[in-house]
Amino acid sequence: MAHDTHIHVRSKAEFEYAKKKRADEMRGHLATFAIMIFLTLIAFTMVAAGFSAYLIVPIILLLAGIQVILQLYYFMHMSGKGHGMVAFFMFCGMFVAFITVLALVTIVWW
Amino acid sequence: MSSIAQKKGFGATIWDFMTTVDHKKIAILYLISGGFFFLVGGIEAMMIRIQLAKAGNDFLSAGLYNEIITMHGTTMIFLASMPILLAFMNAIMPLQIGARDVAFPFLNSLGFWLFFFGGIFLNLSWFMGGAPDAGWTNYASLALASEGHGIDFYTLGLTISGFGTLIAGINFLVTIINMRAPGMTYMRMPLFTWTTFVASALILLAFPPLTVGLFFMVFDRLFGASFFAVEMGGNTIIWEHLFWIFGHPEVYILILPAFGIFSEIFAIFSRKRLFGYTALVFATILIGFYGFMVWAHHMFTVGLGPTANAVFALATMIIAVPTGIKIFNWLLTIWGGSISFTTPMIYAVAFIPSFVAGGVTGVMQAIAPLDYQLHDSYFIVAHFHYVIVGGVVLAILAGTHLYWPKMFGTMLSEKLGKWTFWFFFIGFHLTFFIQHFLGLMGMPRRVYTFGADQGWDLFNAISSAGAIFMAIGVIILLVNVVMTTIKNERVGNDPWGDGRTLEWAIPSPPPFYNFAQTPLVRGLDSFWIEKMEGNKKGMIFAEPLGDIHMPNNSFIPFVMSLGMFVASFGALYFLDGDKPWALAVLVIGLLITFGSMLVRSLKDDLGFHITKAELLKDAKGGNTDGH
Repeated sequence: MAHDTHIHVRSKAEFEYAKKKRADEMRGHLATFAIMIFLTLIAFTMVAAGFSAYLIVPIILLLAGIQVILQLYYFMHMSGKGHGMVAFFMFCGMFVAFITVLALVTIVWW
Repeated sequence: MSSIAQKKGFGATIWDFMTTVDHKKIAILYLISGGFFFLVGGIEAMMIRIQLAKAGNDFLSAGLYNEIITMHGTTMIFLASMPILLAFMNAIMPLQIGARDVAFPFLNSLGFWLFFFGGIFLNLSWFMGGAPDAGWTNYASLALASEGHGIDFYTLGLTISGFGTLIAGINFLVTIINMRAPGMTYMRMPLFTWTTFVASALILLAFPPLTVGLFFMVFDRLFGASFFAVEMGGNTIIWEHLFWIFGHPEVYILILPAFGIFSEIFAIFSRKRLFGYTALVFATILIGFYGFMVWAHHMFTVGLGPTANAVFALATMIIAVPTGIKIFNWLLTIWGGSISFTTPMIYAVAFIPSFVAGGVTGVMQAIAPLDYQLHDSYFIVAHFHYVIVGGVVLAILAGTHLYWPKMFGTMLSEKLGKWTFWFFFIGFHLTFFIQHFLGLMGMPRRVYTFGADQGWDLFNAISSAGAIFMAIGVIILLVNVVMTTIKNERVGNDPWGDGRTLEWAIPSPPPFYNFAQTPLVRGLDSFWIEKMEGNKKGMIFAEPLGDIHMPNNSFIPFVMSLGMFVASFGALYFLDGDKPWALAVLVIGLLITFGSMLVRSLKDDLGFHITKAELLKDAKGGNTDGH
């Protein structure tokens, strides 16, 4: 609405704050990226080393789960403000899907 | 289109409703079509009770009886209860949170028309070679063996109307998250808005499994796939799982808004703040969560094994806890209140014992070993009618009386309302209470007749007599509606005199832009707070009076849904082999749908503005009910 719009001029302190914020975020991105590469390396190494499939499969699934969370929070900005409801519904959906798959696996297909 | 009052002809009114994107008019559309399907389902129920009134009756044949029980269940759940509740959600929820409309007015209209055409498609099966006959649960072993096109009408019709419901659910979620008036925090939302929110979340999470199940069923029946065909390596139990993963949350989608309506009624007519508001909110959320962990209690006798049965039995019993919290909070809301026994209030008071009776039999069935005895008997029929009729239908009737003035600007007759109540309430208990005992005496569900030597004659006759009482109650309600409409005595903002929430602070029916100025909410029961502080306007405004941006009406949702409707006939007859036109119908239908989507995408529709001058003119007692 027209009467809501007004122009905001940033003060020096605000500018410094935003700059620091961005630098922090960048550091977070780089660290996460490094961790993700490392996790991927672990996965590939485990397969290359020829461990038992019963060990490899659950660990790779676990690593994949961690990757998804890192991806969501650091690269898709779910940690940002105002994402609480989105996160809540995503976790609800995952929860329902998990219960469903778990039940079908254990009751029907096992 | 302007807000200047005009006399309109019948045709123009119809056109207005076919193109409307106004949540209040869509609510009326939902109410009328849901009400129509409620009558259709009711007639089917009467036919069932006539058939079972005496032993060895031949009013209906066995095959027709199967079709009627299937359509009775499907119609009442998908086409009557849910749309009527969606009508109240549409009419009231945006007003309660101080919004001008829902978040996506166009989608709101699309959701309605998809539901409507899906419902019509399903019911056309009566005239086009036979209705579905595998029960409303449509278990795969029965459904795959069913001849004719009945089941295909079921799968395609429910797919279309399911899209509509899913769209409505998402729309309400976005509306409640984003469009609350300033000051309306989550913990200041009226309980009906809260239950709408949780029910919409359940719609969002529960309808996809149904859609998947229906897709599998369509592929099995129409394209020779074998998801459920055991002889081809499929698994018929998977349908049951998919159906009930949807089906159990579905009953909460029905009962939660009913709880919301009753919560409003208890607070209004006890003239008290809801007791334990916070507990009621968290109980609602908990019920929503538990709803997804209990579906297999519908399948105890399938042979899931003792571990699975035990897990699901325990999970089911836990649901009694939040529900019990709600019951006690309602009782304590009434306690010490200044109670007025209006029609909505007597429905609400009658709801508590009726619903508790249904809940208690529910916990009985949660005991898996006992369920082996009760399964597929009339005990089950009695149980789910106690929760659905004693909970949802009583809420629908109560809500109709409570919100009628807000939706139509006239008050339903209290005297006739009470007659409706007593006929319906006595009839309901007469019909279904005795069915518990029929079940315990061994009468199975879904049998089209019984023998004179089985000792079920008297109880069935009593049950059928009760159904007549319920029918009389509904007829009195219809008379009431007609008489009220003809008399047309307009009412003010707060016709009940004790309204607590924002919807009662604006005219009945509200102007098409709802709030000329967005209200500022200062606490729970916003309107009540302002009334108690002597604020004559009923609300504090959060913004100065200014131009309002409104969406244009659109005919596209109707056309888009019509395309799906036409395409469904093509899909239905496509594999008959002897109908070469079917493919053309399918293609034409899809072209209509995708063409109208294309038009919608390419055409800029920026809406229009209501100017401040027009708003001021309206405020001076000009036009209030729309265009």
